[in-house]
Amino acid sequence: MAAQPIDFEKPILEMETKIEELQQVSRAQGVDLTAEVKRLQKKAKRLRRDIFAKLNRWEQTLLARHPERPYAEDYIKLMMTDFVELHGDRLFGDDHAVIGGLARFEGKPVVVIGQQKGRSTKQKIYRNFGMPHPEGYRKALRLMKMAEKFNRPVITFIDTPGAYPGLGAEERGQAEAIARNLKEMATLTVPLISVVIGEGGSGGALGLGVGNRVLMLQYSVYSVIMPEGCASILYRDSGLAAQAAESLKLAAKDLKEYELIDEIVKEPPGGAHRNHQMAASILRRVIRRHLAELICFSPQELIKQREQKFRNFGQYMET
Amino acid sequence: MSWFQKIKGPLARVGDKKVRIPEGLWIKCEGCKEIVYKKEVERRSNVCPKCNYHFRISARERIAQLMDQGTFEEMDSGLAALDPLNFNDSMRYPDRIKAAMKKTGLKEAVICGQGELEGVPLELCVFEFDFMGGSMASVVGEKVTRAIERSLEKTRSLVIVHCSGGARMQEGMFSLMQMAKTSAALARLSKAGVPYVSVLTNPTTGGVTASIAMLGDVIMAEPGALIGFAGPRVIEQTIRQSLPEGFQRTEFLLEHGMLDMVVERKNMKNTICQVLQMLA
Ligand SMILES: [Zn+2]
Repeated sequence: MAAQPIDFEKPILEMETKIEELQQVSRAQGVDLTAEVKRLQKKAKRLRRDIFAKLNRWEQTLLARHPERPYAEDYIKLMMTDFVELHGDRLFGDDHAVIGGLARFEGKPVVVIGQQKGRSTKQKIYRNFGMPHPEGYRKALRLMKMAEKFNRPVITFIDTPGAYPGLGAEERGQAEAIARNLKEMATLTVPLISVVIGEGGSGGALGLGVGNRVLMLQYSVYSVIMPEGCASILYRDSGLAAQAAESLKLAAKDLKEYELIDEIVKEPPGGAHRNHQMAASILRRVIRRHLAELICFSPQELIKQREQKFRNFGQYMET
Repeated sequence: MSWFQKIKGPLARVGDKKVRIPEGLWIKCEGCKEIVYKKEVERRSNVCPKCNYHFRISARERIAQLMDQGTFEEMDSGLAALDPLNFNDSMRYPDRIKAAMKKTGLKEAVICGQGELEGVPLELCVFEFDFMGGSMASVVGEKVTRAIERSLEKTRSLVIVHCSGGARMQEGMFSLMQMAKTSAALARLSKAGVPYVSVLTNPTTGGVTASIAMLGDVIMAEPGALIGFAGPRVIEQTIRQSLPEGFQRTEFLLEHGMLDMVVERKNMKNTICQVLQMLA
């Protein structure tokens, strides 16, 4: 992998390099090292399992932001066909932090929308680091309404540090754009499946996230505020992000425990960035199962299911 | 008023020397920085007589200003916060809640209930900024949703007066999901054709703006209120430049088409009444 490994990945990667070297020696010199290689592979697997079982919430946040992690566009390419990208909100512009369009999923047409990050510096800037402007939310809404008109299911991929905090975004109604999406998604007459594939950054993520099903990839995170922001407010020190991540309980397994999401989608060993193909194939099967359930619902049932699901969120006492 | 003008001169000089401002009788206006007579400010519904600055008022006071006397009946006042995340902070979340309760005499950051405004029956929710910055978490979301549902059930107009910094960190994703929960309830209200007037006061930012606040059939704001998605400090840090004068203020939002109107506090009750009479 070209990107810098995260600290906790290093021992695993080192061992993998060692195994590769052994295999090369074996091939070059015709020595049979199968037993040794097997032993090391087993050891590497165990090491990885142990490390990944003990990841804290900050380490998961780093995985969720891993630059080699599959992005929305990757998942679309890997699990859909005939993607036709559609641009623009018909009001102001085309937001490159949100992509969307028509595609075939399991051969059937769907509308797919996702927040899109960039990998190279140039792409990162082009995609505005995955932080949408109001136009991104309005483009998404336009496509959802199109899905409704032609009775196509909607799949959204969530992957953003948050909606962009900037002058233009405020001038053109960032808050209104997100609010409108929340309201409109609630009453959408077609199945809506939302998947957090990386970072679910607050309202900017929720703006694509009022689904009949809300799924999270195993190492993705979803939070009311990103740990750095939380730390700078609470502890006046953004360096305490790791501590904030623990407090915020932003990991997929936390949110499943709280029943705020429907399902955790397993990632390949070592995380989705280690095997895009496998990550997409696991996710494809999970989406297929949920979609098969949802297409049996009538429009009214879909709306009701979505409303009731979100209606129940919250913990309080009546005194 | 004439008496007030008479003492205006000498008082300013006193103010400059920073001496002998009788405790509690005079206050410094945050708008014009002048020293103003507190009773005069209060008589004008907490608006500065010199510069029209709208001082923040409590939820209770707002209700008294808007509702016909003796008609307001509070609902769901017993709902109180839990600590679902067992949130780790310098002060425990339950202790923060307790402190906010003590400060405000309320159990949470919003008061909801029903009453009459110039004889028009309605459901009213008012945010209390002194309760943890009017932040939205489970209880606020639930109380507002119940108010929307009562509104729907009784086909009675809804008015929400916002004053909030956004979603409350201490309840994590439970707070964020209140945005979706309340907005979904508003979608139902909207389909049923029941009017919703959203009133924005200083400040209305973050998750509350990006959900219920911007979803009114009619959106009114008090003059000079800070209204936005991101807070000004966050924007400044992101774009690394200072913000233009008046950015994210009521008048700026009106100019950019985000509001229906700017309404001074003294006209708020009448304006809401006028609108509701024509919509309800
Ligand atoms: Zn003043």
